[in-house]
Amino acid sequence: MKGTLNLVGYGLSAIGPAIATGMIFAAYISGVARQPEARSVLQPIAFLGFALAEALALFGLVLAFVL
Amino acid sequence: MRSLHLFSAEGGGFVPPSTNDFNLPPVFGHNVYTTKPILLVFFSVLLISVFFMLASRKAAIVPSKLQFAGEGIYAFVRNDLARDNIGPEFMRFVPYLFTLFTFVLVNNVFGIIPLLQFPSMSHVSFPYVLAIFTFLVFHYVGIRKQGIRKYFKDIMFMPGVPKAAYILLTPLELATFFIVRPLTLSLRLFANMFAGHLLLLVFILGGDHLLKGVVGLKLISPFAFAFGIGLTFFEFLVQCLQAYIFTLLTALYIAGALADEH
Repeated sequence: MKGTLNLVGYGLSAIGPAIATGMIFAAYISGVARQPEARSVLQPIAFLGFALAEALALFGLVLAFVL
Repeated sequence: MRSLHLFSAEGGGFVPPSTNDFNLPPVFGHNVYTTKPILLVFFSVLLISVFFMLASRKAAIVPSKLQFAGEGIYAFVRNDLARDNIGPEFMRFVPYLFTLFTFVLVNNVFGIIPLLQFPSMSHVSFPYVLAIFTFLVFHYVGIRKQGIRKYFKDIMFMPGVPKAAYILLTPLELATFFIVRPLTLSLRLFANMFAGHLLLLVFILGGDHLLKGVVGLKLISPFAFAFGIGLTFFEFLVQCLQAYIFTLLTALYIAGALADEH
């Protein structure tokens, strides 16, 4: 079996953004569940936070291939 | 790019899908400008133009099915993406957002259309170009609206923060606006399409390879194909979601540039 350790490292580094994304959407869902009319206010905030958290995973992906 | 060879453990002779599967040979002779992704992009432009011309040609108060479909997509982009996020000035940006959404969506969905089956956005150059356009658009409207000095001042020196924090905050904010935003916007789309296509290749090619093995392996092969089909539907979800996120983030960036305080 051959491969690079980079991919294992990327897998490990993706744990952080994965937890972050889960927490962001959990907060978004419970917010909408408590106050359904707040949906349109919460949605852009949730997606912006998700985009920021996912940016870290994307940096990891790039570095896994580049290094 | 180093190829992904971690799957090569299973069975002898199985060539796992790798990044090489994305470098397709030219379709016509040796002309490198006629590879499959490029032709798909041209095809998508043709497809979108013809569809919306037909949908809007005979506009009636009681819409036909085609007009209803076209107006449904347009209303989604205009109301849910542009109006709810950008605010009163949204109408100026609807043409751009609408073009972006339909272009990304059609090019993504090419990934699961039988016979085409290649998401053109899995070549990183196409998302790069789209992200550069978005980058230029949101900085341009920000500078036009607030003047170049105030725009940069708002980015670099966020109001309401203690002065010492600027040592950390200013480089971070500059990096966010000029490097991180366009980079992640394009890489998100690219990485999702790339990984999705690779995932489908693993299951379909793996199922195909199992079918050629001994009897025990042949019995497992249908499960691999079933997973492949299930993941195809999952991919459809991801492709629509990525087109939505790309357009939504563009709208949010424009809204941020237009807002008086960041």
